[in-house]
Amino acid sequence: MSTEPQSASLRYDAVVIGAGHNGLVHAGYLARAGMRTLLLEQRHLVGGAAITEELLPGFRFTTFSYAISLLRPEIVDDLDLVEHGLMVLPLANTFQPGLNGEYLALGPDADANYHEIARFSAEDAEAARDLDHLIARLCVALKPWMDRIPPNVRSNDPADLEALAELRAFMEGLDPEVRALGERFASSSAAEILDETFEHDLVKSLYASSGIIGSMVSPRDRESGLVWLFHKMGEYDGSPGSWGFHKGGNGGFTQVLARACEAFGGEIRTEARVRRVLHEGGTVRGVELEDGQRIEAPVVVSALDPRQTFTRLVDPADMPADLIEHLEGYKYQGSASKVNFALSDLPTFPGLEDKPDLFRGFTNLGPSIDYLHQAFTEAKEGRFSRRPFIDCCIQSTVDPGMSPPGKHVMSCFVMYTPYQLAEGTWDDQRDALGDTVQETLEEFFPGFSELVLHREVVTPLDIERAVGLSEGNIFAGELFDSQLFLNRPAPGWNQYRTPLSGYYQCGSGTHPGGCVSGGPGMLAARQVLRDAQAGA
Amino acid sequence: MPQSTPFQPRLSGLNQTGVWKLWAGYTVAPAYQHSISTEYYAIRNSAALLDTSPLFKLRFAGPSAETLLRHAMVRDVGAIADGRAQYTCWCDRRGYVLQDGVVLRLSSEDFLLTAAEPTLKYFRDLASDLGIARETVQDVSLDYGILALQGPLAHRILARLTDAADGLRYFGVTRCAIASHGVILSRTGYTGDLGYELWVPREGALPVLDALLEAGRGDNLTMMGTTALKMARVEAGLLLMDVDFRSSRHAWVDEQRETPAELGWAWMLRAMERSDRDFVGRGAIEQELATGSSRWTTTGLAVDVHDYERVHDEAGILAPRHEVYEETTMSVYRRSETPWDYAGYATSFHYSSLLRRPLALAKIPMDLAVEGTEVDLELTVIRRPQNVLARVHGGSFFNPERKIAVAEGVQNP
Ligand SMILES: Cc1cc2nc3c(=O)[nH]c(=O)nc-3n(C[C@H](O)[C@H](O)[C@H](O)COP(=O)(O)OP(=O)(O)OC[C@H]3O[C@@H](n4cnc5c(N)ncnc54)[C@H](O)[C@@H]3O)c2cc1C
Repeated sequence: MSTEPQSASLRYDAVVIGAGHNGLVHAGYLARAGMRTLLLEQRHLVGGAAITEELLPGFRFTTFSYAISLLRPEIVDDLDLVEHGLMVLPLANTFQPGLNGEYLALGPDADANYHEIARFSAEDAEAARDLDHLIARLCVALKPWMDRIPPNVRSNDPADLEALAELRAFMEGLDPEVRALGERFASSSAAEILDETFEHDLVKSLYASSGIIGSMVSPRDRESGLVWLFHKMGEYDGSPGSWGFHKGGNGGFTQVLARACEAFGGEIRTEARVRRVLHEGGTVRGVELEDGQRIEAPVVVSALDPRQTFTRLVDPADMPADLIEHLEGYKYQGSASKVNFALSDLPTFPGLEDKPDLFRGFTNLGPSIDYLHQAFTEAKEGRFSRRPFIDCCIQSTVDPGMSPPGKHVMSCFVMYTPYQLAEGTWDDQRDALGDTVQETLEEFFPGFSELVLHREVVTPLDIERAVGLSEGNIFAGELFDSQLFLNRPAPGWNQYRTPLSGYYQCGSGTHPGGCVSGGPGMLAARQVLRDAQAGA
Repeated sequence: MPQSTPFQPRLSGLNQTGVWKLWAGYTVAPAYQHSISTEYYAIRNSAALLDTSPLFKLRFAGPSAETLLRHAMVRDVGAIADGRAQYTCWCDRRGYVLQDGVVLRLSSEDFLLTAAEPTLKYFRDLASDLGIARETVQDVSLDYGILALQGPLAHRILARLTDAADGLRYFGVTRCAIASHGVILSRTGYTGDLGYELWVPREGALPVLDALLEAGRGDNLTMMGTTALKMARVEAGLLLMDVDFRSSRHAWVDEQRETPAELGWAWMLRAMERSDRDFVGRGAIEQELATGSSRWTTTGLAVDVHDYERVHDEAGILAPRHEVYEETTMSVYRRSETPWDYAGYATSFHYSSLLRRPLALAKIPMDLAVEGTEVDLELTVIRRPQNVLARVHGGSFFNPERKIAVAEGVQNP
């Protein structure tokens, strides 16, 4: 990696803008196909929303994203990621504390989980098995559509018409039970599905959190159904819907991607912010950096979000008016923050002091649908939730390299924290958010505050500033049906191309969407290479 | 933390192997002694005791209990008298088997059922569909421990504690007191031998277990682990869920689902003709029987002893005969002109020390399912595939008279 301009040649076969994990995956695929590829990153490090930073000596923080599940398995093989250090550690447990000292402590054994849930309701424990199985079946059925370039509904190309017919046939051919669940997710809120399935609130809340992650929706809003499904589309070693933790954090993962990209001959330049994309007569010519330097390339790919890709890197006036109009309605409305802690020891939950593996996974603070809905209601009014939902992950329990021996790092993903505050700015509310999160943790884990050695608060504004994700939306745009698959980021422009010939998009704002999946980067590369072949 | 059965406090001291495994979230002993054969022969030549408490236990009680069960189950619990038990299965609407289990009919308004997987909600939802109160079905899993006392001396040992077993016929159920605790006693089991199962209220678990162990002391009463049990059940031709079939409920595709006929339980369907009882899956099952659409059936295979010897002899090794019990998939081929003419597969394999021959439980096409039909069973001999001759053998391989004997004394060997 270098920060110096390469003086030898300022011409490349392809320039990729933004070394988030999708830019890295994408550049890796292009380089692997033999294209002279340059990846440009504005920051001093690659990874975008998937980085690890040592903010306190010995303590490594996953500043933004912190877990992995949706990573497309074929990327691992195609880009030789294992050879470059890929190692995903299991996060097998889920701890769901309730109020009044209740809790659910779940692990990898389905039978043990049955008994744990049956402490509250035997019917719920049974229903959980059914639901988990049916969701897994649905996700497996949908997987092929995650991993292909979606059809274009605005196209008359025979290939698109054929793909659309295939899609219809696929839907009709689905097992009726599986299909019914798919339709349920698309048309109902998480709460509606959960109320119909379970009787106990703590059990419902265990599932409800998947329906709100990173999204400005209440579990009672219709959109939460799809958000839930989306978060189940991944796997851990073939265990559907499970999550893992990359050695060294998600920054460890993007370092692996960078090595893979470079091993294929891709060049990566950091501290190289692209000011604009150069084009002429509807065809892309290259890019211009912030310092004025120009780099020529017949292929330029933006790994940024749709707002950046279509209205910042190019003049929106050069884009079709209907596309720009559509994108104005595209929702970002960032709603999540991170609060990361360095801890002198593990927190303790009253009554479970001697359960050492309690934190080897996720700890979900959001004990009921009412709790989550209340947290949402506050955010709707333009202030961050006073009792937020927090998804905690103490990664040093599975990866000792994350902290000094005996000490820990704890990543807290916090909902809801609206990008648009009704009063004040995030710059003056940052600490108040940190305090609120700490107080909430203190409520569940008495004595928590005494363990805190260091605290980092990352607001939606910080996400936008550091990574460039508009309004701090962690997925580069909400995961609503109006913004997914055929519509991501806009109908007619969901196949990674843009109105400019040679200009492509490969960020999370394209199918299959946000999360550390690499899917957008991989599929966009497929499109670029296919077009190059057709043109050659 | 794994769950403990009510007998666990006593059993943990009896397990000499130090090995435990999980069954439905409970710790159970695969074997109590290092010699599984010793446990096995206790089942066949004296008596053995198994803790089978991890099974889910349901009580169906009240005026609608019978209606619900008659609608849920493939066999008709209305056809048995109070104080009788029935081995049955239940299907989904498409006629695929959900589970099998034994129903104990204590009275016309009180039934007990064991199941391998949770199914309380399933039956309650079914009750709701019928307009029956959900509370008709109760999960009583934690209220009871279950012990299986199996083997030719089972009656003799039990008789030292109660006379309730004396007149108890095969699949009979009665209540009795053992060590001052009320016990539900049924003449049932999973070994194909003379035997009883005892539903012991949780608080009576240790006293009843102690009383049984004491009563059997002079008769070589031996704790049996799950491995010896599974050997015995292959000889009895009894299927094991998640080994020989899986529940339709959590299958992914129909290839993994099986109908009663495909599981070799056509006998459960015979009484259907005589009544128009509407039970879940009936329509699909009738259709299957009428059109002969069963994809296969499940049957025993008796492996030819000479051929079994031959393939090992030729390889220069001893044929494995000691404590051989496997739950691996072994292919079955049609004996025809075509080499390796795939026909089906075996799911359980056991070298029966008692019967002196290898046995398998297998799925084969209907046309091959004729008693005595010769097929090839693929073994692995020094890590290579090797076919041996096997013959279709319906029903159980071992079926001693004492299992069902009525007369007093016949229970003794
Ligand atoms: C707080 C947070 C928590 C999350 N948690 C998880 C999680 O646990 N698991 C999960 O799967 N997903 C999670 N996500 C979502 C996931 O991290 C993102 O969807 C994904 O990482 C986005 O990757 P990307 O490559 O598409 O874009 P980005 O990561 O946003 O990459 C864009 C890159 O472009 C660079 N850039 C921007 N503008 C320019 C420019 N003009 N010139 C050059 N470079 C530029 C940026 O610096 C950045 O490196 C989380 C996201 C956030 C923000």
